Amino acid sequence: MAISFTLNGKPETVEVDPQMPLLWVLRDSLSMTGTKYGCGIALCGSCTVHIDGQAARSCITPISAVQGKKVTTIEGLSEDGNHAVQKAWMEIDVPQCGYCQSGQIMSAAALLSEKPHPTDAEIDDFMSGNICRCGTYQRIRKAIHRAAELQSGKSA
Amino acid sequence: MTMSQTLDRRAFLKNSAAGGTGLLIGFYLPAYAGVDPAARQEEKEPNPFNAWVHVSPDNRVTLILAKSEMGQGVMTSLPMILADELCLEWKSVSVQQAETDPEIYDLGTGGSSSVRESWLPLRQAGAAAREMLITAAAKRWNVNPNTCHAKDGGVLHGSRQDYLTYGQLAEDAARLPIPNFHTVPLKNPADFTIIGHSIPRLDAAEKSTGKAKFGIDVRQPGMLFATLAQCPVFGGKLKSFDASKAKKVPGVRDVFAIDPVTASPFSAGGVAVVADSTWAAMEGRRALEIQWDEGPHINESSESLHQQFVENASKPGKIVRNDGDADAALASSSKKIEAAYEFPFAPHATMEPMNCTVQILPDRAEAWVPSQGPQLAQDMIASVAKLPRNKVVVHTTLMGGGFGRRYQGDFPLQAAQIAAKTSGKPVMLLWTREDDMQHDFYRPASYNRLWGALDEKGNLAAWKHFQTSTSIQAVWHPNGEATAEKGEFGQAIFIPYNTPNYRVEYTLGKSAVPRAWWRSVESSSSGFVVETFIDELAHQAGEDPLAFRLRTIGSDRKIPNFENPKEGKPLDTARQKGVLKLAAEKAEWDKPLPKGLARGIAAFYSFDTYAACVAEVSFKDSKLKIHRLVYAVDVGRVINPDGVRAQVESAAIYGLSAGLYDAITVKGGRVEQSNFNDYEMPRIPDAPLTEVHLIDSADAPTGIGEPGLPVVLPAVFNAFFALTGKRIRRFPARAEDLA
Repeated sequence: MAISFTLNGKPETVEVDPQMPLLWVLRDSLSMTGTKYGCGIALCGSCTVHIDGQAARSCITPISAVQGKKVTTIEGLSEDGNHAVQKAWMEIDVPQCGYCQSGQIMSAAALLSEKPHPTDAEIDDFMSGNICRCGTYQRIRKAIHRAAELQSGKSA
Repeated sequence: MTMSQTLDRRAFLKNSAAGGTGLLIGFYLPAYAGVDPAARQEEKEPNPFNAWVHVSPDNRVTLILAKSEMGQGVMTSLPMILADELCLEWKSVSVQQAETDPEIYDLGTGGSSSVRESWLPLRQAGAAAREMLITAAAKRWNVNPNTCHAKDGGVLHGSRQDYLTYGQLAEDAARLPIPNFHTVPLKNPADFTIIGHSIPRLDAAEKSTGKAKFGIDVRQPGMLFATLAQCPVFGGKLKSFDASKAKKVPGVRDVFAIDPVTASPFSAGGVAVVADSTWAAMEGRRALEIQWDEGPHINESSESLHQQFVENASKPGKIVRNDGDADAALASSSKKIEAAYEFPFAPHATMEPMNCTVQILPDRAEAWVPSQGPQLAQDMIASVAKLPRNKVVVHTTLMGGGFGRRYQGDFPLQAAQIAAKTSGKPVMLLWTREDDMQHDFYRPASYNRLWGALDEKGNLAAWKHFQTSTSIQAVWHPNGEATAEKGEFGQAIFIPYNTPNYRVEYTLGKSAVPRAWWRSVESSSSGFVVETFIDELAHQAGEDPLAFRLRTIGSDRKIPNFENPKEGKPLDTARQKGVLKLAAEKAEWDKPLPKGLARGIAAFYSFDTYAACVAEVSFKDSKLKIHRLVYAVDVGRVINPDGVRAQVESAAIYGLSAGLYDAITVKGGRVEQSNFNDYEMPRIPDAPLTEVHLIDSADAPTGIGEPGLPVVLPAVFNAFFALTGKRIRRFPARAEDLA
């Protein structure tokens, strides 16, 4: 069955099992490997993408559910890694192994589009679906505050 | 170091992405041998080269090395050392992962050893290159080399203000002999411009944009994707299977069994499903009908292991250390205490599940492995493919976490067994999260009984420690059951606390659950044991926990590493006290906290590094909250301060993961947990504010991937005791123990 959607601003059509999760369509059918597999049951957030601007776990989203929708992955979050969240991530040196960070960044970007200046409690609440086994949480909090500043035009 | 340099240079340049010309110096970085006798069995003379500095004519400097990056930051800290000694501008340095060379017997990356072991060779290599470039410049100018010096990636001749870049000199320098590494002059540390400064990770950008390629991201033309159903019971094997439904799943190409391997590297074998996509392979696996022969261990459970531990602990164990007469001192003391501490199995649970991609062709094989021990993978693949090792090319990829798990050869072996049946097509074996949780090599479960006595003056009159555990040595060493205590105590067998009567005993606990090295290994439990029991003794003495520790450590002295007195570094009590004092000072130990908050402290020496932690906790509405962790660490000379802080922040969260929520429990010979629903991880609301303070030191640098871990749980639960008067002595901390 052909499913058409917008992927990172460009039209995309795939012919796959409609039950196949978006995660595996991205990774295996389209070779876009920035979105990661971590648990397969929406418990770790490694697979977070945006669907029509909302954070979504691609590992439990059947590809049929994105028909006609706009999907954004880490590869399409910005032209050249210059989204405020990505800039803040580099500035604060958040990643360690880096495996969960695509998902963390996609969640953080969704949070900031909803709440441009989140409190620590709001960050903890929104980001609690994303596990980081390297425990970079403190830097994630700091980087989200920094991204909020960058978005509102403050430089270093 | 200079043996066969010309030959190797030519051979290397021909094969290397580093390019065909310029100056290339090969050298050797010691690899982690750890405590893995299986990995040591084939000890060979190391080839002189497993790392290279390459200066290209277009003035780029590349450090090429066979180290594995799993988040610990070695691909930034190691080039920093080289760049400083070679007087480079940081921006001109790049780092490249070397392919696994069959001629070099490297063991891999682990044991918090990379910086510790590479510090001197990297400086020597940098200094050798610098001297060659200076000599080349002096020849060009026809001046005395002593009048030239290296600066910002070039050579300057003082009086004439001439300047040539390394790129301009590389070809000339390549024709000079390589200086003797042992006599080449090293830079004065006072002149370091990169070492000791916080440098952002070189991989931060690719890891913030989705461009970083992990093992799971390998894509090769025509590749297939595989899953593997393994017997859930340890020691079980396949009886029969029906693949007819699985083969009907669209995209499934083949279904077949692979053999178990009951010796190192230990694989359960099972039924492989090979498909066009990961999803199809997973769906095919779900449709399999499998009968397992569950084997001889179906009655093992965490409950039976606990009973075995308690039974073992009721009898004397093998005497491992015996100073004075601890039993007599305990018998005659009026102030004595006893406690038992129990630890469950713990999973590595790397975010990237185990995976490996292999292609086997008639005359060669190629593999992409996220591995801490790529040469073990190479061995596995060569043996399955029946090829000589030099026909197997292994690419080490980035790793989504390692923590010791990726030292194992099980998943490369299985991937090779599958690739042997895909007619030359590359195939990725990917474990699901459930596979990863249930087929790990876990941190051992252990049970520790301690007895301590104080004399009339409050001095430590006796310390007796009995441990029974499911030893790692017993898994990996052919005679491991006889020496099962090795590697199960760490600093617990040479505590910094002064006592004339010190006895340590051990009994092996039998289990079919696979065990291996988990972040900080034995120190993850022995740190808790020592630093909680000393806290219990301080309470018994009626003394402040910090003051009691400092007094009981006593004078400045070096305590020999009991297990390895010759090669192991002694415990320097001055440094142990140094981290305790710094952590206490920064946490304002003497300043009262608001009501409802309390502090606890712990310090532990592991991997040649000293770490102390002060925790501040509260307990409200049945919830333990950790507000703040204040660390002090002594890693000798600090290479990358922010990198050190990041590793300690990370180790703290990793340590908490094994204490706060869930454990790996066994029932019916199998692991009961399967995913992050029944093995909960710390999440962002659990993360305390963590400060990391560094001791200013000129000692040789030591590692920091692990040493932050052992102190976090004792600091937290000593604080919990200070707050509530309750001791937590088994894990994870259960609601009924906290309440």
